[in-house]
Amino acid sequence: MKISAFHLMPHRELPDDFEKRYESVWVTPPWFELADARRVGQYYNWTLDELLYAARAGFDGVCTNEHHQNAYGFMPSPNLMGSVLAKATNGSNVAIVQMGATLPTSNPPIRVAEEYAMLDCISDGRLVAGLPLGSPMDVNLCYGITPLEHRERYREAFALTLKAWQSREIFAWNGRYIQLANVNLWPRPVQQPHPPVWVPGSGSISTFDFAVDNDVCYCFLSYSGARSAKAMMDGYWQVVADKGREPNPYRAGFLQLVVVAENDARAEEKYARHVEYFYHKCLHVPAPWFSPPGNQDYRSLTATLANPVRRPENPKDLKYRDFVDRGYVIAGSPATVRDRLKEEVIKSLRVGNLMVLLQIGSMPHELAIENIDLFAREVLPQLRGTWDDEGWTNHWWPERLRGTAAAPRAAAVAAGGA
Amino acid sequence: MMREQTIAVWQNQVRMRVLSQGSGPALVFFHGSWGLAWDPFLDELAKSFTVYAPEHPGTTPGAPDDIYHLDTLWDLVLCYDELLQALGLERAALVGHSFGAMVACEVAATYPARASRLALLDPLGFWRDADPIANWMVMEPAQMRARVFHNPNGDAAQRLLGGGAGDDPKAAAAARARLMWALGATGKFLWPIPDKGLKKRIHRVTAPTLLVWGKEDRLVPPVYADEFTRRLANSRVHTVGDAGHAPHLEQPETVARVVREFLTG
Repeated sequence: MKISAFHLMPHRELPDDFEKRYESVWVTPPWFELADARRVGQYYNWTLDELLYAARAGFDGVCTNEHHQNAYGFMPSPNLMGSVLAKATNGSNVAIVQMGATLPTSNPPIRVAEEYAMLDCISDGRLVAGLPLGSPMDVNLCYGITPLEHRERYREAFALTLKAWQSREIFAWNGRYIQLANVNLWPRPVQQPHPPVWVPGSGSISTFDFAVDNDVCYCFLSYSGARSAKAMMDGYWQVVADKGREPNPYRAGFLQLVVVAENDARAEEKYARHVEYFYHKCLHVPAPWFSPPGNQDYRSLTATLANPVRRPENPKDLKYRDFVDRGYVIAGSPATVRDRLKEEVIKSLRVGNLMVLLQIGSMPHELAIENIDLFAREVLPQLRGTWDDEGWTNHWWPERLRGTAAAPRAAAVAAGGA
Repeated sequence: MMREQTIAVWQNQVRMRVLSQGSGPALVFFHGSWGLAWDPFLDELAKSFTVYAPEHPGTTPGAPDDIYHLDTLWDLVLCYDELLQALGLERAALVGHSFGAMVACEVAATYPARASRLALLDPLGFWRDADPIANWMVMEPAQMRARVFHNPNGDAAQRLLGGGAGDDPKAAAAARARLMWALGATGKFLWPIPDKGLKKRIHRVTAPTLLVWGKEDRLVPPVYADEFTRRLANSRVHTVGDAGHAPHLEQPETVARVVREFLTG
């Protein structure tokens, strides 16, 4: 299987009373009260260093993502970060997993196709092209896209992106939301017919259909672990079966928060406050913002309202041990983490493309490096062969990297330093 | 007696149900963002007028996806032109609330001859940087009630927004879906700032215009009336006490009387 290091690029030093003083971590956090540009420059550099450390330590891929006006993740342009990562990992077998640039907020959306093609050229065919719908906070509240049009705009832009990468001829696109008279992408990607496409989702049924119909890797970017994702991912696999596709585990990606230490007790000592910071401050967002009227289509809306899931627990009421017990975070010794990841996440959800978040909330740079290092040495090697016995091909991974494990540690570090 | 008809416009792709009641001169009522519910204000008007109350595209039961056939406000205005034609109303009094008042004003600006008189209740359509309009579409239900109503716990708030403690859960879920979809289908023409260029077109309105404003409107403050009166030569404002953004629901008799006097005067 393939295991990639994910990063949100969070503000690591929000005040202790942040969630009491401010309305939200997203859309409205006041920059001048909460942040300093020079310090944030340090965060960006730490983020790049942490991902590059992961790349050299043996991870299969490094992941960035797009958010706007968000103190828990402020890479408004993931491709700027991805570009640095692509250049710095040249000569290695690490994939550049962009999770990714958001089509409905890019105008015109062929900008994403162009930048991804650039990344694929710079990295010599190591790009994984994440094409997210984007969250309502980013797309509707920060970027002003009408909620009722959000999914339609996405689907049109998705179709245009795939065509722009592949068409041998210059073509005109006379769409509902996009009109371009001369689509003629420069550059085109190295990978043919196009880079592998991953579509992140949050469990909506219409996205399952979309992912399977388009034969992409569906990724659930969860902050609440595998247990609460189980029913959802079972629903995805059901759609895969219903539509006659094979149950290849590489059709599924999943994001899991992980902290590793010498033993379970040390994990709590080292990481508890950073985990609580993440769930108490970084997810502080008013509930209605997640579902502006019109964002969900009418069928999904009535289904959601007719069968309300039991009101989910409020993470602000939970402590470190609750997060660990309930699997929001997989934490502990390498053996504990290995076993839980394998059983609860990889096997239970049938995930071939795992992403792990190892820098969490306020976690300082040195501690993040320790977490990444221990995971790479003591956890990752034992998980890598998980699906090998079933013999599936990872069609959703850059072709020339499919057969390779990342280079051995020492060699990888040398290559990265070259 | 309430009459009901569903008219298909826009190459039969958009079905709009029209409730009507009363007799006398024609009056068309354009509902706000929260959907159409026949209310005591419309009952009052139906004593003097034939009241036609169409449902905004997408909000007619059984036709939620019809909204996807419209792209812009221009499309919506043309739909109303087709609807008025189908109803046989060459010219009528146009009355609207909030978003519906903005649409009524757009129709009157596009087709000045269609509006004999125009009554706008707390209309949307303008934006003042000094008096920003909070986005009611992404508020908690309690917060929305407090923004829209002078008395958030009154019957009027209950009727428009639901949320009573004794509600049957199934009926409450259906009402919630109806409300959310009405907000979404109208929000298509308002998001993210409810100024879609009326300032460029309002000068075309020729109908005498009455603005009715709830004195306690905390969503679109009464100062917005100036935007209309300074652009409409033949207009005046009537403010209503003990009322918020929906004065016709909180003070139905007063508002119906003021509107009736204006339309018949």
